[in-house]
Amino acid sequence: MIRAAVTALLLTVAMPAAADTIAITNGTVALGDGSGPIRGATVVIRDGRIVAAGQGVGVPAGARVIDASGKWVTPGIVAGFSRLGLVDVEGGAEGANDESADKGLFNAAIDVAPAINPNYQPIKVNRADGVTRAVVAPRAAHNIFAGQGAVIDTGADMDPITKARAFQFVELGETGASDAGGSRPSAYILFRNALREAGELSRFAGPVASAGATEPDARLRPMQNPNESRIYGRSAGRSQDVLLTRFDAAALVPVLQGRQPLLVHVERASDILNVLHLAREFPSLKFVIVGATEGWMVADRLARSGIPVIASALNDLPASFEEIAATQSNIGRMRAAGVKVSIGMIDDDESHRDFYERQYAGNLVALQKVPGATGVSWGDALAMITSRPAEAIGLGGQIGRLAPGEHADVVIWSGDPLEVTSGAEQVFIDGVQQPLDDHQSRLLERYRYLPRTDLPKAYRP
Amino acid sequence: MRVIAIVGLAALVLSGCAALEPKAAPAPAIRINEDPYPSTYVRYPGALTVIRHATVFTGDGQQINNGTVIFANGVLQAVGGPDLASPAGATEIDGTGKFVSPGIIDIHSHLGVYPSPGVEANSDGNELTDPIHADVWAEHSVWPQDPGFSRALVNGGVTSMQILPGSGDLMGGRSVVLKNVPGRTVQEMKFPGAPYGLKMACGENPKRVYGSHDHMPQTRMGNMALDRETWIKAVRYKRDWDDYYAHGGKMPDRDLTMDTLKGVLEGKILIQNHCYRADEMAQMIDMSKEFGYHITAFHHAVEAYKIADLLRENDICAVMWADWYGFKMEAYDAIPQNIALVHNAGACAMVHSDDPNGIQRLNQAAAKAMAEGQRAGIPNLSEAVAWEWLSRNPAKALGILDKTGTLTPGKMADVVLWNGDPFSDYSRPERVWIDGAEMYDANDPHKRPVSDFELGQPGEGDAK
Repeated sequence: MIRAAVTALLLTVAMPAAADTIAITNGTVALGDGSGPIRGATVVIRDGRIVAAGQGVGVPAGARVIDASGKWVTPGIVAGFSRLGLVDVEGGAEGANDESADKGLFNAAIDVAPAINPNYQPIKVNRADGVTRAVVAPRAAHNIFAGQGAVIDTGADMDPITKARAFQFVELGETGASDAGGSRPSAYILFRNALREAGELSRFAGPVASAGATEPDARLRPMQNPNESRIYGRSAGRSQDVLLTRFDAAALVPVLQGRQPLLVHVERASDILNVLHLAREFPSLKFVIVGATEGWMVADRLARSGIPVIASALNDLPASFEEIAATQSNIGRMRAAGVKVSIGMIDDDESHRDFYERQYAGNLVALQKVPGATGVSWGDALAMITSRPAEAIGLGGQIGRLAPGEHADVVIWSGDPLEVTSGAEQVFIDGVQQPLDDHQSRLLERYRYLPRTDLPKAYRP
Repeated sequence: MRVIAIVGLAALVLSGCAALEPKAAPAPAIRINEDPYPSTYVRYPGALTVIRHATVFTGDGQQINNGTVIFANGVLQAVGGPDLASPAGATEIDGTGKFVSPGIIDIHSHLGVYPSPGVEANSDGNELTDPIHADVWAEHSVWPQDPGFSRALVNGGVTSMQILPGSGDLMGGRSVVLKNVPGRTVQEMKFPGAPYGLKMACGENPKRVYGSHDHMPQTRMGNMALDRETWIKAVRYKRDWDDYYAHGGKMPDRDLTMDTLKGVLEGKILIQNHCYRADEMAQMIDMSKEFGYHITAFHHAVEAYKIADLLRENDICAVMWADWYGFKMEAYDAIPQNIALVHNAGACAMVHSDDPNGIQRLNQAAAKAMAEGQRAGIPNLSEAVAWEWLSRNPAKALGILDKTGTLTPGKMADVVLWNGDPFSDYSRPERVWIDGAEMYDANDPHKRPVSDFELGQPGEGDAK
């Protein structure tokens, strides 16, 4: 059976399976839209897209039928905030980590897309556990602006980018204060100044095709220029009074114009309110708050702002002075207040363990039974790791749900995916069945049997 | 002639006396106090308690359906089926649909030495001023007000843990075993009678810390050389003290590092050895034989599965994560079947956290390891068996299995009542007893510890 899997892998790599029509039948299906699981349902995939999902969905003639009796079927997990694909080995392995440019000269202009390596083990390991897409952010180095993040898929092919320059990422909490020289006020004045400089440049920008516009087959098109500076000619003069490089300032123009979401990392309740103030000050900006450990304290105001939140799921320690009121009920309370909240991996081994999101989601369900705590329903929990992060960064309706027209990212699980004891058995990305082996599974086979044999273990397949 | 002879004898005796007098008899040896910071832990009062109709994991591989657990005076009285009679005056708890287990023991925690908030002023886990620091003791760094202790209790069902120094030094210092009962002082938390451990570290960390300052060690061979030179001194130190204790005389100079290593050579202090790679673990095993000590456990043993036979033959436990990988080069070969493979090879396996968040979900780590093992076709991995990785085996590797770690009558009543199957993400501790005293009750906001640090802060006393 293992051999069969390996053979299947080789075939898949050699010639990617045609994105033909597949019907997954008899499974317990969850759509990822917040609704609960549906027993005995069918999911139909054609040409890389979801055609239909639910009970009473017919199997098209000629479809490859996969019987998912006893299995669960869901959209692939969308890592809501991650650094997946930027890193193979986190520390001590120079060359295998592109999270941040500590000695670099640019900040907002940085574009993570060229760093994504679909052959890195964390992509494979997460794929094997049902993570099919990820929101990938750069890490801030010596400026509050970290640069432009991407949305990727984890497919076994060389085209990982779903959307390059999908968002700008900025630090405005403790990290931002540190990056700004040591205080929050310094971070805020840097922020306002950066937008001023971007505004100065934007006056020279004519109407442009949206740099980050979603194109269904974006992966087939040539990589676009990694920043917006090309839209300005020589006439685009700048005042003498600037701190940002031209590239960095130009990269903030789409943020200023509301064409590129701005992910802001803050944890403290008062910092969250500061962001709400910024949202009123700069109404064109599309803010998304990342972190929000103390969000529950200002949940009503967050909800009224309509700003989406990508939060750490289980932070419950006063790990820093901006997380004093941390509780695992944070997400449940924000959700109950009407905040558009989803789950991300914020400073939580987000380059490697994004597959923890389903465990975290399950733990939020568990809180429903804990007196005094606020949990979330199972359907909500699944949505928080599938459709809701996609919506937060402007890819709602494209990834994260088993809904007609969305990317056919589908996982067949051995059981309830929010239980850690369940495993991903079959993974489809854009309708293509994925290999699930990796460095780890190969090591398992090599060392499963320890006694000495006729040749060293290095000769084992 | 006779007179002369007598005189001669007297002279001889006299001269003998004269010769001996300045030397006198050797001064009797003074025993050095080996427990100068003793535990002052005293168990809190608890009721005579009977839990009925629960699924019970005894911790030593057994599952009792519709089980009964009885404890009183801090001690487990009886564990069995529904037919166990209740003693008069017992508080009865209906465990229908619930699970009972021994308290979880985390053998690898830095709570208190790297507490929350994780600011520089609180960072007390790694001395890092010399690669050999067997002289420092983790208990002298532990901040009892670390809010992390309470989270490990209420969300994790953790009743005991070993607090270790960090791994930046080859010999990082002594560990301390704590009961997860809040105290004003660390002495009030110290597990009575638990042996000390010595944290040793292989691999990347020591050579990175010192190599980056052009100081030995900056290679793995440097790690070994410095360790061996230290053990050579320790063997001589122990010989000097053995000689002193046997014959008295001049007391040898005391040395705190050597005191700890002497304790290891005497088998009183357990080696808790941070070591990732299989080849390095084999080096450490040979080094232990070279100098005559035993390694109790390899911690973070991500490649234990490659040498599970060697670990079994040498009676060394492997302390492992369920699925951490790739965060450093020496973790590159981590596989999620590690724990199950080591267990299946007949070696002593367990989970650990090394993390103030992971310690709150060790039961889920065991669940992952069990499920990965089952999917890999490893036989006989039930939940009851997997529970050995959470309490029995850590207790063994801490030298406290005679006191806790299984639900065995006569042992400490360290007990968790779970509101469902603890191998499910949907279950949480409902009540936790330590030495029979109820330290947490999910239904009683007064039965939830709040550290001094959290008083008057937003979220004080909240469900965390």
